[in-house]
Amino acid sequence: MALITRLLLCALLLWPALGQAAVEVREFDDPVTEQRYRDLTATLRCPKCENQAIDDSDSPIAGDMRERVYLQLQDGRSDKEILDFMVNRFGDYVLYNPRLEGRTLLLWGLPAGLVLLGALVVVLMVRARRRTSARDLSAEERARLDALIKRERTE
Amino acid sequence: MKRRLLLLLPLAGFLVLGAFLYMGLSINPFERDSALMAREFPAFELTTLEDPERVVDASLLEGEVTLVNVWGEWCPTCKQEMPQLLDLAERGVRLVGVDYKDTREKGREFLTEFGNPFEVNIFDPEGSLGFDLGVYGAPETFLVDREGIIRYHHTGYIRPEDVRETILPEVERWR
Repeated sequence: MALITRLLLCALLLWPALGQAAVEVREFDDPVTEQRYRDLTATLRCPKCENQAIDDSDSPIAGDMRERVYLQLQDGRSDKEILDFMVNRFGDYVLYNPRLEGRTLLLWGLPAGLVLLGALVVVLMVRARRRTSARDLSAEERARLDALIKRERTE
Repeated sequence: MKRRLLLLLPLAGFLVLGAFLYMGLSINPFERDSALMAREFPAFELTTLEDPERVVDASLLEGEVTLVNVWGEWCPTCKQEMPQLLDLAERGVRLVGVDYKDTREKGREFLTEFGNPFEVNIFDPEGSLGFDLGVYGAPETFLVDREGIIRYHHTGYIRPEDVRETILPEVERWR
């Protein structure tokens, strides 16, 4: 029993090491390009495996895409050119960060719009409440209030 | 009364958002349209599987409505799909194959064993044409019209009913 537990523990400890199988060794001329490579492969989504970036997928297509990103960086292409290259082939699906354009306006605008709407509702509610509390009682209301207080006391 | 209704507004908003997200759950992520839809078939220059000396390019696909099927010997679904492709060829549809990430010997063996519905096969050992087509797994099938524009895309296995229900009507539509 104790042996099985120990073996399981060993397996669990090795687990993170197994997860890194997808990373190839790449040579970069400068750390800036290396960082751009990391950022690009983290923001491109693997078309085959749904919810994995290409930098941690073992799928063959993710490997091909990393290779293209690397080669294009070596060619001196800009991040935008590389992302365009991928979108032209695999569609907007591969972007984890959707672009801000006509079709995605709702996507980007909705959260901000909702926050603004919420702020507006709060402001209107506070104002309305302030107005009611600041209002003076009319003579009729005053008389009713007095009558109620009086009744309370006599009872 | 009016104020009461106003209080229901967040709930209504939540329900709309919930319905929207719930619909998202039932979308099959593999049924998305190809990014190449209504665009020209990507340029390429590759040899054919049949003849290592013969170089073909995208002009191969002009002049006739063509079904381009991306396959490979390593792909089990491609084997299951072959009877449907043979059926399509028998019905007079022009098929061109792309032998994707394969070796010449294995590709040829595959065709001898499972039949050859293709007029010609483009040999793509590096997967460069496949990459330009946005192929992320075989089989994938593209319908190209006579001007060389991609008009229809099918990801994955073509079932016998797909031949009748979608592929043949699409071929007719672009003829």
